[in-house]
Amino acid sequence: MKYVDEFRNFKIARDIAGAISSHARGLGGVNFMEVCGTHTMAVERFGIRRMLPRDINLISGPGCPVCVTPKDYIDRAIGLAGIKDVTVASFGDMLKVPGSDSTLAQERGKGKVRVVYSVLDAMDFAAKNPDKKIVFLGIGFETTVPTVAASMELARKRKIRNFFVYSGHKVMPPAMDLLARDKRINIQGFLCPAHVSAVIGTGPYAGISKKYKIPCVISGFEPLDILQSILMLVKQLKSGRSEVENQYARVVRRSGNRKALALMSRVFSEGDSEWRGMGIIPKSGLSVNKAYSDLDAGKVFRLPRVITRPDKGCVCGEVLKGIKTPRDCRLFGKSCTPENPRGACMVSGEGACAAYYRYRK
Amino acid sequence: MKKITLSHGSGGRLTHELIRELFLKNFGNPSLDKLGDSAFIDMAGKKLAYTTDSFVVRPIFFPGGDIGRLAVSGTVNDLCVSGARPRYLSCAMIVEEGFGYDELRKITVSIKSACEQAGVDVVTGDFKVVEKGGADKIFINTSGVGEVYKNADLSMDRIRPGDKIILSGTAGDHAASILLAREDLKFRARIFSDCAPLNGLVSSVMCRGIKFMRDPTRGGLATTLNEISAALGRDIFIEEASIPVRSSVRALCEILGFDPLYMANEGKVVAIVSPESAMGVLNKMKKHPLGRSCGIIGEVTGDKGGGVYMKTRIGGARILDMLTGEQLPRIC
Amino acid sequence: MCLGIPMKILKIEGDSAIVSVESVRRRINIGFLTRPKTGDYVIVHAGFAIERIDPGKAKETLRLLREIK
Repeated sequence: MKYVDEFRNFKIARDIAGAISSHARGLGGVNFMEVCGTHTMAVERFGIRRMLPRDINLISGPGCPVCVTPKDYIDRAIGLAGIKDVTVASFGDMLKVPGSDSTLAQERGKGKVRVVYSVLDAMDFAAKNPDKKIVFLGIGFETTVPTVAASMELARKRKIRNFFVYSGHKVMPPAMDLLARDKRINIQGFLCPAHVSAVIGTGPYAGISKKYKIPCVISGFEPLDILQSILMLVKQLKSGRSEVENQYARVVRRSGNRKALALMSRVFSEGDSEWRGMGIIPKSGLSVNKAYSDLDAGKVFRLPRVITRPDKGCVCGEVLKGIKTPRDCRLFGKSCTPENPRGACMVSGEGACAAYYRYRK
Repeated sequence: MKKITLSHGSGGRLTHELIRELFLKNFGNPSLDKLGDSAFIDMAGKKLAYTTDSFVVRPIFFPGGDIGRLAVSGTVNDLCVSGARPRYLSCAMIVEEGFGYDELRKITVSIKSACEQAGVDVVTGDFKVVEKGGADKIFINTSGVGEVYKNADLSMDRIRPGDKIILSGTAGDHAASILLAREDLKFRARIFSDCAPLNGLVSSVMCRGIKFMRDPTRGGLATTLNEISAALGRDIFIEEASIPVRSSVRALCEILGFDPLYMANEGKVVAIVSPESAMGVLNKMKKHPLGRSCGIIGEVTGDKGGGVYMKTRIGGARILDMLTGEQLPRIC
Repeated sequence: MCLGIPMKILKIEGDSAIVSVESVRRRINIGFLTRPKTGDYVIVHAGFAIERIDPGKAKETLRLLREIK
């Protein structure tokens, strides 16, 4: 696969790992955080942690919809699926996220939930099934938001009146700011998300980097990208720099993707949003603009009243930030296991708790 | 009230727990408790292997096969990886009212040609029709009986540290073809199910050097290796770079966020072979049309444990755990 | 949350294109691209081309990677 295989070269990976080890000597222990689920997956899949020196602690931050979507969103999505004529369409990621009593996966058995690869597939399904109301679960960060915005404009253009979006979209930089500020976590470098950055550009990280003196490297998802980016972070630390560097230059441009950004702001606006386990972060969530309220599931449907039961004992928020380990959670391994997950860290196969559960055997 | 979910049927950890906690607990017995691909029974002085399987694949027609071909191959393969020559099958069908006669005919012809390829006969069967909505188009169950090969001595007890693990060909083809056939995903590719009866391949390589075999169906190669390592109580070590995967299957998996190691195969066998016999088995396997892409993918280690460890393509290390539920297309 | 794979544009039809990688093909939306051409490699996420891959920059990155010792 072109532009993939070259960035998975065994020999170069070994050389970079060696360079990281030698450059990191004398640094002491450092905490680097990646904030993108796809980075978490890649690190796990290629076994990258085992290639890094012990001094480098690579923390998987709150970077995937599975991790950060609040329970009440899931409860409401399940409630929406229960409404007559409504079919909920969702990316596969959300199916196993635990709500208060159920999951979307369990509701799928009733035929009211559909998994899609693209939001456009949900829109096409709506066009082909005018007797049904299709509610698409809008989750994902800035890589996905423009695609959802595009589908909403297209639905309007094609007069598809039975397609709706229930927005749970979030944006990354405000969460990174919150994490950077938290002295308990003590982040000394950020691996910035590849494709989010392709949309938003390099600018949004400059403020974080400058304010908190934390090096930021925008990193591609291939193992050589990640390894090179970690090396770049180490070099910045050694030379006392705290800049934004773009390792993923073959895709990410400084100004991002103007068309995608323009479309995002036409359809969505920023507001306060709750991140599961982290509380409310200002200006971190996206809600549908008034001009598109006929497509906003939040406005069109009376969102079911839900009694969201809090996760008593679940410390996912602190595990996500790297402040606590899975062992510190009293639910871990007992009422919270990969087959019966209570919180986000266990649902995601690459979540800290799911990964820890495997290792402890 | 606890409910059965799709994850209980995906062949991973939940399935195994259900089998242990419900079925073995209630009607377990020494034969069943082994949970082998086939059961061994002694009848009239002959050592026989006996197995059953139900086929609920959706869609029922997919690139490279259909539910009929699958129903024959699946049961034939369970018999031959148990070291038996498949002889006779039963075939029971449950069909939904309104199912097309022409489709039923196509499936029947597939069953016939798969039986011919395998050299087996369907000697008994059953046919039922249920009301519309009572079944999803068609379900097929096949049971099979075979005679254990004289030179077969397959038993997990024979496995020793250092034994090599051979995979007969590319991983994930069947599940990938099913994904393709799901029109709602809207992909096209040159990917075909590997669905095939393997008894010809197995009989061409059978020897005392082969200690154990299994066909990695539901849950894929990783699940099968986990089952074996857990039963053995020993770690298994494999190298990602040695596992054959078709480039088109790999590409589809990358796009959807799937892992080919966890995807079902219907025409592959995993064999655990003594180090002295490994090259010989490999060379014989390569000569067979269904074994051209075979390779040694790893070995059983001396470490007590029961996990599967993999050296990744870039030299990293990871644990290949048991699958938890089904894989779904992801954006993350 | 941004699983995206490089795929090659085979054919453009207005705002959509047929892209492929290793014989896997799909129709996707290319509305976010500026002046796309057949033969371009693009990052495909959830049925959309998010951005074009710059071959020159890719080559440069690989060169730098090979020099790391």
